[in-house]
Amino acid sequence: MADIVLDQVTKRFPDGALAVDHIDLDVADGEFVILVGPSGCGKSTTLNMIAGLEDISDGELRIGGQVVNNKAPKDRDIAMVFQSYALYPHMTVRENMAFALKLAKTPQETIDKKVNDAARVLDLTQHLDRKPANLSGGQRQRVAMGRAIVRDPAAFLMDEPLSNLDAKLRVQMRTEVSRLQKRLGTTTVYVTHDQTEAMTLGDRVAVMRNGKIQQVGAPQELYGHPENLFVAGFIGSPAMNFMPGRLEDGKLRTRLGDVPLDDEIRRMLEGRDTGRDVILGIRPESFEDASLVPADARGRGITFRAMIDVVESMGSDVFVYFTFEGDNESVSSAELEELARDSGRADTGGTGDQVVARLDAATRVREGSEAELWADVRSIHVFDPASGENLTKTKATATADG
Amino acid sequence: MTTTAKQKVGWGTANTVAVVLAIVPVLWIVSLSFKDPATITDASFWPKKWTLENYRGIFKTSEFTHALINSIGIALIATFIAVVLASMAAYAVARLSFPGKGLLIGMSLLIAMFPAISLVTPLFNIERSLHLFDTWPALIIPYIAFGLPLGIYTLSAFFREIPWELEKAAKMDGATPYQAFTKVIAPLAAPGMFTTAILIFIFCWNDFLFAISLTSTTNARTVPAAIGFFTGSSQFTAPTGSISAAAVIITIPIIIFVLFFQRRIVAGLTSGAVKG
Amino acid sequence: MTIDAEKAAPTAPETRTEKTHRRTQLSEGARAERRLGWMLIAPAVIVMIAVTAYPIGYAIYLSLQRYDLRFPKQAKFVGLDNYTAVLSSPYWWHALWITLIITLISVAIELVLGMLLALLMHRTLFGRGTVRTAILVPYGIVTVVAAFSWQYAWTPSTGYLTALLGNGTSAPLTHTVQAIAIIILAEVWKTTPFMALLLMAGLALVPEDLQKAAKVDGATAWQRFVRITLPLMKPAILVALLFRTLDAFRIFDNIFVLTAGTNNTGSVSILGYDNLFTALNLGIGSAISILIFICVAIIAFFFIKGFGAAAPGSSGK
Repeated sequence: MADIVLDQVTKRFPDGALAVDHIDLDVADGEFVILVGPSGCGKSTTLNMIAGLEDISDGELRIGGQVVNNKAPKDRDIAMVFQSYALYPHMTVRENMAFALKLAKTPQETIDKKVNDAARVLDLTQHLDRKPANLSGGQRQRVAMGRAIVRDPAAFLMDEPLSNLDAKLRVQMRTEVSRLQKRLGTTTVYVTHDQTEAMTLGDRVAVMRNGKIQQVGAPQELYGHPENLFVAGFIGSPAMNFMPGRLEDGKLRTRLGDVPLDDEIRRMLEGRDTGRDVILGIRPESFEDASLVPADARGRGITFRAMIDVVESMGSDVFVYFTFEGDNESVSSAELEELARDSGRADTGGTGDQVVARLDAATRVREGSEAELWADVRSIHVFDPASGENLTKTKATATADG
Repeated sequence: MTTTAKQKVGWGTANTVAVVLAIVPVLWIVSLSFKDPATITDASFWPKKWTLENYRGIFKTSEFTHALINSIGIALIATFIAVVLASMAAYAVARLSFPGKGLLIGMSLLIAMFPAISLVTPLFNIERSLHLFDTWPALIIPYIAFGLPLGIYTLSAFFREIPWELEKAAKMDGATPYQAFTKVIAPLAAPGMFTTAILIFIFCWNDFLFAISLTSTTNARTVPAAIGFFTGSSQFTAPTGSISAAAVIITIPIIIFVLFFQRRIVAGLTSGAVKG
Repeated sequence: MTIDAEKAAPTAPETRTEKTHRRTQLSEGARAERRLGWMLIAPAVIVMIAVTAYPIGYAIYLSLQRYDLRFPKQAKFVGLDNYTAVLSSPYWWHALWITLIITLISVAIELVLGMLLALLMHRTLFGRGTVRTAILVPYGIVTVVAAFSWQYAWTPSTGYLTALLGNGTSAPLTHTVQAIAIIILAEVWKTTPFMALLLMAGLALVPEDLQKAAKVDGATAWQRFVRITLPLMKPAILVALLFRTLDAFRIFDNIFVLTAGTNNTGSVSILGYDNLFTALNLGIGSAISILIFICVAIIAFFFIKGFGAAAPGSSGK
């Protein structure tokens, strides 16, 4: 058991490109921390540096209080689970799991005991003498986990360990990984590009972009109090809606209508010059079918009419998509463009102005007809278009009801 | 469906033509080797009377047996050394980053294209002054040098197929680079090394130019060179039967390789040469 | 030292140049990797240099000498005289001419036959393994053995081919044109399989979906081959042609056995060999060696220029 401290850790490639740019991260003993971000954000490089598979160009890495920058992976007492599992194809499951212990010259009885224990925990006992080629994807994944846990290391590093599984199995294994980590209480750093995985697994989540950590925090904190546009857009599914707005006369003018700024928001925006353009962020679940909102709650939000393009029923909820007609002004920022690229939205040719709302299943909204919708103004976020900074990030009641 | 039947006949015919063309010259030399001296000039494709006379003949004198031992010994030693050296270099090429890698690849390519005749003259003179001429090393050394490019190419292609993460995993499991190589990479690379060994062996086994230029007696003369200088049982009979018998014997290992390791040889020949 | 550098680095001013910065950052691991790399390639490099680079240098030296093994005492530096002698000799030009003819014709035939064979192995509905096994026989067989088989096949009164095609008494190997045709036949038989295998590997890289797409677009089999398959196979074809052309240019074994270079059928390799071992003239022999080397270098240069980015090795890393 040990904590992991990244102190201004930097990775500069020979061509001068900065893959990881002076990041600070403290992973407490026993904590489960997720590194999440779009591909190329530097998360895997960071993990490889912690593992010792890549050199650290600058900064300091401490595991259990010791600087390990120049230590070989084998001297860092950490185990790693790879995306491809990296099971040795010429060894049986048992040999795969025992390999590290054998290299460490562990006595044979100890090896047997540890391997058998791990196999029991992971439900692999009957597969111990099979070769990886004869296992299913889920079994291989469990062997990879087993290989890590038999070592009883100071920390686990996991590099997208679930991304080679199909969707159903992935959800199942996600629970499995979480249960195992809690049970073992081993410090774990987990890399993924999947924000759902990040939200459901981690004690804390670090969102990375362009080699920099954007925000570190508990999943709910990232969700409710994103520090900038990127985190706001990356965390949450469906993603937060963004639209242009303008601060004027103590009001936020938006396409939805004029949003009266409550005292708290006004306080937060105080001192900043008003009368300027901002980006408004609003999560899908902050919308509701106006007819389903009790009269006494209506005052906390604004009501507007919109032409509904598409209705998707998910059973428990209904997603509706709408755009504002006659309004070709749209928001643009480097961060939003990157998010769009990452999610593939940029390639599908859809307009960025489309808004998605999550409504109660009882809604009667129809495709192709106009509907009256309601938006909860307490949970809106206001971003600075230039810096991407969330101007309302310290707001207390940011989470949506419903 | 009639088209399927037609297609079948078409492909069958094409396949048969290819197979027949490929093996007729081999069958012809086999046939010759079983003809007795009286009928060897009858121009018939199959022997009218089968005999082992020619085989007995070549084993009667030590000339052929010596050559056979030389061929086997030289080819095996050269192959072994070339595969070991090529494996080391190919591992470095496929796995490690170090300056000078491009140079090595370029040099291998250059040597693969080298005209052997250009080396025969200087090697002949160098080996004479080093007293290597007409010894096993006289042939082993150039065979290694010419086997290496082939070996480095094929092996680095094979090594690249081995997932890179396995080695990382081994490192994480506490293996030193040496252990990572011997315990994880080498067992996975063994099939590739075996294939490469076959290819290099075939090259050494096949060589004629070095063999006739750098040897002069039964000391080191290999079978292809010996056949080239066969004189027959008496001065007046053409050595057709003896040469055919010797030819058939040195063809046997090739046939065995081809029959048992067809897949590997095809994979080996195509992996190094054509990539993207 | 590394530890100090690491600690100093974060506070180091940005003015420090990129290069020195990186060198100090090269950790123990990277340096060990570098050393290991060099150690691993060293033996191969040493052998290859010892057997090729050094002798070529020595050959250049020898080619500038008058050096006859029968009169070793009279060896002396003669500058470019040997080259003048070779280049002004009709034998050299004739041998070069013969070599080029054999190379061009045999490689052209091999390309066509190899492509057919590759398509056959790639597309055939059954018997794929049998065909591949069978064609490996010519590839693997000792060239000298194959050459003897062809020689006997065309020997009057012995050979089945003379019996079949000639009147049984003609001796095609003693006529220049017929002999060269037989040499080309032997060469084509022996090396087409290699060409076919390289081309087959190229064929395998053409995605099946593209063929299907072209079919849906209404392309005939021939159009698909010319418009889809061939362009995508271009790198494989060039590699195969390069290897085979250089190999054919070095032709020796087949000619040595079939005609020994008599009746004006000698290649440049045969000429070089004869000058060394029959005439025992090291100086002239070396000059011929160097000239052959230059020819090969010229051929390789034009091919590799044609490759552009598709050169073998560039894909390697």
